[in-house]
Amino acid sequence: MSALWAVIRRDLLLAMRRKSEVLTALFFFAIVSSLFPLGIGPEPDMLRKIAPGVLWVGALLAAMLSLNRLFAADHQDGTLEQMALSPTPLALLVSSKVLAHWLVSGLPLVLLAPVLGLQFDLSPRSLAVLMISLLLGTPLLSLIGAIGAALTLGIRGGGVLLSLLVLPLYVPALIFGAGAVEADISGLGAGGHLSLLAALTVLAGFFAPWAATAALRIALE
Amino acid sequence: MNWNSPAEFFAMGGYALYVWGSFGVTALCMIVEPLLARKRRCDAVNSLRREIAANKEDQ
Amino acid sequence: MNNRLINWFKFASPQSFYPLAGRLWPWFAALAAIFCLAGLWLGFFVAPTDAQQGEGYRIIFVHVAASWMSMFIYCVIAFWAAIGIVFNTRLSGMMTSALAPTGALFAFLSLWTGALWGKPMWGAWWVWDARLTSELILFFLYLGFIALTAAIDDPRRADRAGAILALVGVVNIPVIYFSVKWWNTLHQGASVSLTRAPSMAQTMLWGMLLMALAFWMYAIAIALYRVRVIILERERHTTWVADLPEIKA
Repeated sequence: MSALWAVIRRDLLLAMRRKSEVLTALFFFAIVSSLFPLGIGPEPDMLRKIAPGVLWVGALLAAMLSLNRLFAADHQDGTLEQMALSPTPLALLVSSKVLAHWLVSGLPLVLLAPVLGLQFDLSPRSLAVLMISLLLGTPLLSLIGAIGAALTLGIRGGGVLLSLLVLPLYVPALIFGAGAVEADISGLGAGGHLSLLAALTVLAGFFAPWAATAALRIALE
Repeated sequence: MNWNSPAEFFAMGGYALYVWGSFGVTALCMIVEPLLARKRRCDAVNSLRREIAANKEDQ
Repeated sequence: MNNRLINWFKFASPQSFYPLAGRLWPWFAALAAIFCLAGLWLGFFVAPTDAQQGEGYRIIFVHVAASWMSMFIYCVIAFWAAIGIVFNTRLSGMMTSALAPTGALFAFLSLWTGALWGKPMWGAWWVWDARLTSELILFFLYLGFIALTAAIDDPRRADRAGAILALVGVVNIPVIYFSVKWWNTLHQGASVSLTRAPSMAQTMLWGMLLMALAFWMYAIAIALYRVRVIILERERHTTWVADLPEIKA
C-alpha cells in the first residue's frame, strides 16, 4: 500500500515541478471551447445546444494531450523497469500512476468546466451535471488512455498513433458524458447516462490497468 | 427473368450509378488486393533469391 | 485426443503451415468464385424487384455481406490474438497481420456501399444511423491496429502489442455499438428504419447468404496467401526457406 502511495506522491510532485504541462492542457481546453462560439455565432439558443458536445470533446482532447507523458519519462530513466522488478504487482503500480495522471490532468478539467460552461449560457443545474459527468468520465479517459500510452511507448511518431488508437475507444465516454448534460438541458433527467458512465468507469478500473500492464511488459522486453 | 434487354439490365431501373458504383468498387477492390498481395510475394521471393545468390558468391 | 492436439500444434509452426496454406488457398479462391457467381446470378436475375426500393435494393447483396465480414474478421483477429497471447505461437501473430488489411477493406466497402445505398433511399450519402456509425468506428479500429503493428519494427513485439489492442477493441465493440444505439434513439432526427417488410423474398436471403459465403472464402484465400508472404518475409534467414523450390529455382 505504501508503495502505491509513494508512486502517487512522486508523480504529483513531478507534475508540480513542471507546472507548464498541466497548465497547457487547461489552456487548450479553455481556448478550444472559446473558439466554437466564434466559429458558430453567439446566439444563446444555439450555444446551449452545442455546449455539451463542445465541452466534452474539448475535455477529451485536453486529457489526451498529456497521455504521451504518462509512462515516457519513467521509461527513459529506467524507473519503469525497476517498477516491473519490484515485489508490488506492476498492475497496482500502473493503477496508481493512472490515478496520479487523473489528479493532474483530469481533475483540473472538471474544475474548469463550469467556468467554460458559463460562456455557453448553461443553467446552474446543467453546470452541476456537466461537472458530475466529467468527474465520472475523465477517469475513464485516463484508464483507456493508459492502454494506448503503454502500447505506443517508445515508438516513433507515438503521439499521433496514440490518438488514432485511443479516440475510437473514447466514443462511449463521449456519448454518455455529453448525453447526460444534453438530457438534463432537455429535461429528460441525466440519471441513466450518469449511471452508465459510472459503470463503464468501474469496469475500466478493473480491466484497463491489467491490459496496460501487459502492454508495458512488451515495451520493456 | 427480371430483364428484357441488356440495356434495361445496365440501367437498373434508374439506380445504375448506385448499384454499379457499389458492385464496381467492390470488384475493383477484390481485384486490386490480390494483385498487391502478389506483388508483395514477388518482392519477397526476389529479395530472398538475391540474398542467397550473394551469399553463394561470398563463399 | 492427445494425438489430435499434437497434430494441430504441428501446423502452428510456420515451416509446416507454409506448404499447407499453399495447397489450401487456391481451393478457397475457387470456392469464392463459385459462390460469387451463384450469388450474383441469384441477386441480379432471380431475386425480384423490391416493391419499395426498386432495383436499388440490389446493393444489399454486397453491402450486408461486406458488413458481416468486417465484423467477423475482427472477431477472428481477436481469436488469433488470444491464441497468440496464451500459447505464444508465432503463427497467430502472422495470421492477425494477414487478416487486418482484408478486414479494413471490408469495413471500407461496407461504408462505401452503405453511402451509395443511402443516397437514393434516404436522400443522403451519410446518415448517423447506429449501424453505419458503429461500422465507421470499426473501420477506425482496423486502421489503428494496422498503424500500430506497422509502427513497431520488431515483428514479435508488433504482434503482441497488436494482440492486446485487438482484444481491447473486441471487448469495446459491443459497448460502442450499444452506446451509439442509445445515442441514436435519443436523437430521433436521423433515425432510419432499416427493417424491411417481413415478406423479404426467400431468394433475396439466399443471395445475401451466398455473397457472404463468397466474401468469407475470399477472405480465407487472401489471408492464407498473405500469411505465406509474411512467413517468407519473417523467416528469411532460416534454412528451410532457403531450401524452398520457389526460392532455389
